Amino acid sequence: MTGSLHIDWTRCDGRGLCTELLATLLTRDDWGYPISRRGDGIRGEVPIAPGHEEAAREAVILCPKLALTLRPPAKSS
Amino acid sequence: MNEAAWAVGRVSGFVALFLFTGSVLLGIASRSGRPVFGLPRFSVTLLHRNVALLGTVFLALHVGTLLLDPLARLNPIDLLVPFLGAFRPFWQGLGTVALDLVLAVVITAFLRHRIGQRAFKAAHWFTYVAWPVALAHAVGNGTNGTDKLFLVSAAASVAAVAGAVLWRLSPTFLETARARQSLAGEERPR
Ligand code: SF4
Repeated sequence: MTGSLHIDWTRCDGRGLCTELLATLLTRDDWGYPISRRGDGIRGEVPIAPGHEEAAREAVILCPKLALTLRPPAKSS
Repeated sequence: MNEAAWAVGRVSGFVALFLFTGSVLLGIASRSGRPVFGLPRFSVTLLHRNVALLGTVFLALHVGTLLLDPLARLNPIDLLVPFLGAFRPFWQGLGTVALDLVLAVVITAFLRHRIGQRAFKAAHWFTYVAWPVALAHAVGNGTNGTDKLFLVSAAASVAAVAGAVLWRLSPTFLETARARQSLAGEERPR
């Protein structure tokens, strides 16, 4: 039961809290914005690997720009 | 009992002010997006929040004990409406202003996810008013507010906060400022 982490690019300011909390899923580009380490799929939709749900929730709570939301898993997968 | 309330009321006021000074500095540091003293960014944010909340607890203690203390002659109305106090009404009124601003900041911070970023941020700007007003209240109203030791530490706090504000206004304040500036004029990548 893992969903994905949605990044709202109109809000994100690349402050790097989520990339610290989810260091195994996310890395930062040159301008500080988060990118998925897997490098696949849509950039603003990061699949949450099992075991990272708690950290993802923390990131949603702590993101200084309220740019993150959790999305339930897509029905097909 | 009364003397204890008086003592707790005074000391807790100083502790609250000290913690709020720390929280303002930590808040500015976390806004820069940089790790501080080896602490990761999310820890700086959490520390900023927790120090502020601890300061609020001491502020409640400060106001609560002085409300019970007959010497302070504080009325419940003084918590809401400034400048009505019996003792040094102007300086006490500054305390009322600071208290109400702090409450607004804390409540909106708790409700951030519900009220949205804009309202949260708007209220959070109040801290830049609340902090100097609280400091002035301590100097003008505190029994030891004009002691040399307190004035020296107050001056040091002003210097620290002023320095942090100047840093915040500087063009390289953001961790990513340089990288983003070199991109000026071009489209920001998504
Ligand atoms: S914590 Fe929020 S603002 Fe910071 S990089 Fe992540 S999504 Fe962007």
